[in-house]
Amino acid sequence: MAKKRDYTTLYKGHEGQWSWVAHRVTGVAVILFLFAHIIDTAVIGWGPSAYDRVMRAYENPIIRLMELGLVAAVLYHAINGIRIMIVDFWPKTAEHQKQLFYGSMAVFLAAMIPITIIMGKQALDLL
Amino acid sequence: MALEAQKKPKKSGGDYRAGREKPSGGGGEFWSWIFMRISAIVLLFLAVGHVLIMHIPAGGVSRVDFSFVATRWDNPLWRTWDWMLLTLALIHGINGLRVITLDYVRKPSLRIALNFTYYILGFALFILGTIIVITFNKAKWGL
Repeated sequence: MAKKRDYTTLYKGHEGQWSWVAHRVTGVAVILFLFAHIIDTAVIGWGPSAYDRVMRAYENPIIRLMELGLVAAVLYHAINGIRIMIVDFWPKTAEHQKQLFYGSMAVFLAAMIPITIIMGKQALDLL
Repeated sequence: MALEAQKKPKKSGGDYRAGREKPSGGGGEFWSWIFMRISAIVLLFLAVGHVLIMHIPAGGVSRVDFSFVATRWDNPLWRTWDWMLLTLALIHGINGLRVITLDYVRKPSLRIALNFTYYILGFALFILGTIIVITFNKAKWGL
């Protein structure tokens, strides 16, 4: 039987490994939400009272915090995905992979500041 | 030891990769790798756009109810957007699950069972979403 160490990653704790782990975690989180989201949206086919009842389930500050997490997961996955594609399509940029990593994280965090404020307000409005 | 046999990332250029290494040859894994990147570029617009439009302006999802969606789907552009997002996000996400399963699940029977589950679930949700996006008619509900 294959041992665990046979498929450890190349990166061993550097930026690349953590961004790769986070890419997988956010990807799985988003697809799991998508499964639920297709079903909750499909309820619209059963008319206004059914759909509006489902949508009301989201009107809850704790759900809104999870929603902020969802938006963060999509944005992280998108921005880190751009970084991955830059290195894939222009291998020379790998020489600057550290700058690319910190640059993409800066873009992500900068985007999350106004988003957290706006969505935080939305959540507080429900209290 | 297998760990030492692995190629170490070079300090500069060459072998260092941010994502999955491009599978060589023209087989299924190669095309899967290509598909993930092409769909990613489209999803950058469709998924990020969708998330920002639905969750940020005018109170975010609080404004989303039956009449909001009904008005939105009056425009075939939004129906097309949502259907493409449904399709690409499902394939991209399920292929991602398959790649992750390939990495962590070593037992072939379990791997096949998991992949089969993803494909069935993905196909069912694709059919459900497609039927709803195409057949939705607000007039049926007196709007």
